[in-house]
Amino acid sequence: MNRGVSLWPPAASEYATAVDAIFIGLLVVSGAILLLVAMLLLVFCTRYRRGSSAPRGDLPEFIRRDVEIGWTAAALFLALFIFWWAASVQIHAGTPPPGALEIHVDAKQWMWKTRHPNGAREINALHVPRGEAVRLVMTSQDVIHSFFVPAFRLKQDVLPGRFTETWFRATQPGEYHLLCAEFCGTDHARMRGAVTVMEPEEYTRWAAAQPMELDLAAEGSALFTSLGCSGCHAAASSVHAPSLAGIYGRVIHLSDGRTVRADSAYIRDSILQPKRDVVAGYAPIMPTFAGLLDEGELQRLLAYIESLRAAERR
Amino acid sequence: MSGITAERAAPEAPPTREDTYLTAETGLASWLLSTDHKRIALLYMAGLTLFFFVGAAGAAAVRLELFTPEANILTADAYNRAFTLHGTIMVWFFLVPSIPVTLGNFLVPLMIGARDLAFPRLNLISWYVFMAAGALAIWSLVAGGVDTGWTFYTPLSTAFANGHVLTAAAAVFVAGFSTIATAVNFIATVHLLRAPGLTWFRLPLFVWAIYATSLVMVLATPVLSMVLLLVFAERAFGIPIFDPARGGDPLLFQHLFWFYSHPAVYIMILPAFGVMSEIITCFARRQIFGYTFMVYAIVWIAVVGFLVWGHHMFVSGQSTFANLAFSFLSFVVAVPSAIKVFNWTATLYRGQIVFDAPMIYALGFIGLFTIGGLTGLFLASIPVDVHVTDTYFVVAHFHYIMVGGAVSAFYGGLSFWWPKITGRLYPEGWARFAAVTMFFGFGFTFFPMFIMGFLGMPRRYQVYPPEFQVWHVLSSAGAVILAVAYLLPMGYLAWSLFRGRRADPNPWGATGLEWQTSSPPPKENFRTLPVVEEGPYLYHPEHAGPPALEREPHRPQGSQQ
Repeated sequence: MNRGVSLWPPAASEYATAVDAIFIGLLVVSGAILLLVAMLLLVFCTRYRRGSSAPRGDLPEFIRRDVEIGWTAAALFLALFIFWWAASVQIHAGTPPPGALEIHVDAKQWMWKTRHPNGAREINALHVPRGEAVRLVMTSQDVIHSFFVPAFRLKQDVLPGRFTETWFRATQPGEYHLLCAEFCGTDHARMRGAVTVMEPEEYTRWAAAQPMELDLAAEGSALFTSLGCSGCHAAASSVHAPSLAGIYGRVIHLSDGRTVRADSAYIRDSILQPKRDVVAGYAPIMPTFAGLLDEGELQRLLAYIESLRAAERR
Repeated sequence: MSGITAERAAPEAPPTREDTYLTAETGLASWLLSTDHKRIALLYMAGLTLFFFVGAAGAAAVRLELFTPEANILTADAYNRAFTLHGTIMVWFFLVPSIPVTLGNFLVPLMIGARDLAFPRLNLISWYVFMAAGALAIWSLVAGGVDTGWTFYTPLSTAFANGHVLTAAAAVFVAGFSTIATAVNFIATVHLLRAPGLTWFRLPLFVWAIYATSLVMVLATPVLSMVLLLVFAERAFGIPIFDPARGGDPLLFQHLFWFYSHPAVYIMILPAFGVMSEIITCFARRQIFGYTFMVYAIVWIAVVGFLVWGHHMFVSGQSTFANLAFSFLSFVVAVPSAIKVFNWTATLYRGQIVFDAPMIYALGFIGLFTIGGLTGLFLASIPVDVHVTDTYFVVAHFHYIMVGGAVSAFYGGLSFWWPKITGRLYPEGWARFAAVTMFFGFGFTFFPMFIMGFLGMPRRYQVYPPEFQVWHVLSSAGAVILAVAYLLPMGYLAWSLFRGRRADPNPWGATGLEWQTSSPPPKENFRTLPVVEEGPYLYHPEHAGPPALEREPHRPQGSQQ
């Protein structure tokens, strides 16, 4: 956050470097096209101004047609090339690596609440270790917000009623802007914070020094019992309900023949609208929990179910 | 660059007064109840001028507030209301109607050799509907304003915003009927009322552009009306459609909204393309380069423009596959715009170029539109868009297209056809000065926004991190220059109504049918209806360039017999 006039934002993530490469490529291409058009305009306007002595005459028809087809094709190929370049970067950056540090983000008018795996909470701030992949699982309590860190070239809308995800790997220690980029009401412009990138060992020390609470999954586990979920879904239960151990992230078959991946969105929907996507072989007997749970509780349940996957793997 | 308007002024003998549409009838009722497309165009022009000032007031408040990083003159809510007002009024009550309802209304019948639009009374009704909608929009502003942004995103607009969202939505809804009625009128007119011999591929490109725009209006506007009704249903009657807490989907709104609002960008820019083609050929004294390609480019834009709405939603949580598909289509829609820029440039080749004000506006248009179009490539590339979407980069991009492009073209077209509309010549020196000022004022205002957007300045921020201040100050200072450039023509055009020299029927030596009748035209447009023998833009003989020192050997497209 230097105060001088700069023309380039700091680049502090792996993705930022890739985005900047495309940006520079686009600058070169569009600079060249702009220069070409400007030069042609300038040359034609001087040479063919009214009454100048430059010779005029018509071009043969086939040259006109060839020129036209030529620049149509050139424009198309150029556009397709840029598309291919940008798309390949995007596909490559799409999925977070396994084992990424998972941080939950809860947005509301007008603040960011973040929560680390060990239970540390922050408001309008986020501390992350350098060099480690960080996955953000985000939801909003009210309107649509957008999690924007210019230095990471990272932006993802945060929606009410569903989870959106994004990830990054920070490369430069420092403090960077965290901004809300989707207009969200009166104090939209004040919904800002700071992302602090620390060395990994510093981060560990910082996280340990935060007031300790139960972590998300442990809280979720307690909810799982107190809400009665475990009565049916626990492994030893007598009621006919699918066991949730290791289900997270797996492809499962539904009673109507479709298959679906059991991601955060699916599990969330299954808690709120259990009759919608019933697992093959089970009766639709689960009651809905819509209206009984707030977003925080949903997040905790989700974290618990997700943690069952890790338990399974071990 | 010699002034050539002197040789174009008509001898001062005033024509017989009752000849023109302006003087055929008098009295307020003869205007307010007129079904003459030329008078209705002027009624629209009065309305649009009013809305332009209202929208500009919103912009002025925003630019003034952004001079410093802290809040100075407006509260947070007042700022939000100011930019919502600016966006809503400028998009739906100025830019979307601007060229079609004024120049289009005035010129389409003249250019195709007709006596009026196909449905003259529908034309008058659409003006009243438009003014009623505008009155509603201004009332929602006077009553306290709206703070949702012009995009009305849910669930902010349905459950959280405190302003007069319903009134504003109703205003836009009602304005939609006016748009659709006007568009249907143009489509029917172009299909049914073309002069004998005026085949589709002899139509001036302005008529093609208005025709394609009308098709887009008819197909896209109902979707906007529908989504506004859904917002109305949820906000007023609590019917859950977008509210996620009750099973709704907030993203559904964005899909429907952009299904209209992306084509709406083409509604704003296609008519400007038409104006450009008329001006550049006339002042280069040259046939348009690649007429058929220009027509196909218009149609290509109008069709593919419907398939790219998802590029507004790359960070909304839309699937990667959808993002890639919309990114691909956005690159495809960029190609015809490139073709048009190259063809206008090539039209200058071997011309006899005269730098009168309309031509300066047109050259400025090419420059600004090229920058606006090229930055569209940045936004179509998903990784770059993720960084710059919802920042000032996007704000700069669409202002380059819709203001640097469409509004410059509007001023250029207004200058070009001013002698035809009023029978008076505008003062050439002032007009050239205004055109040059507009180009540079626009650049000073909006180019800094590209830089601060890339640096990470989000849009719709009243207070902002202090490192962005230098760019905001540049931009606000540029806005002062731009404001002068927009006000200046209003001054000298108004002056020319009373003091301008009288224009002869064809002061520019242009080829279109609209120049083959008197200036201003009689109420029935043509005393005898013209017959068309050739295509447009016959500024020089088919197989030879124009002689070096003469401008004149153009041939009109048709004649009155």
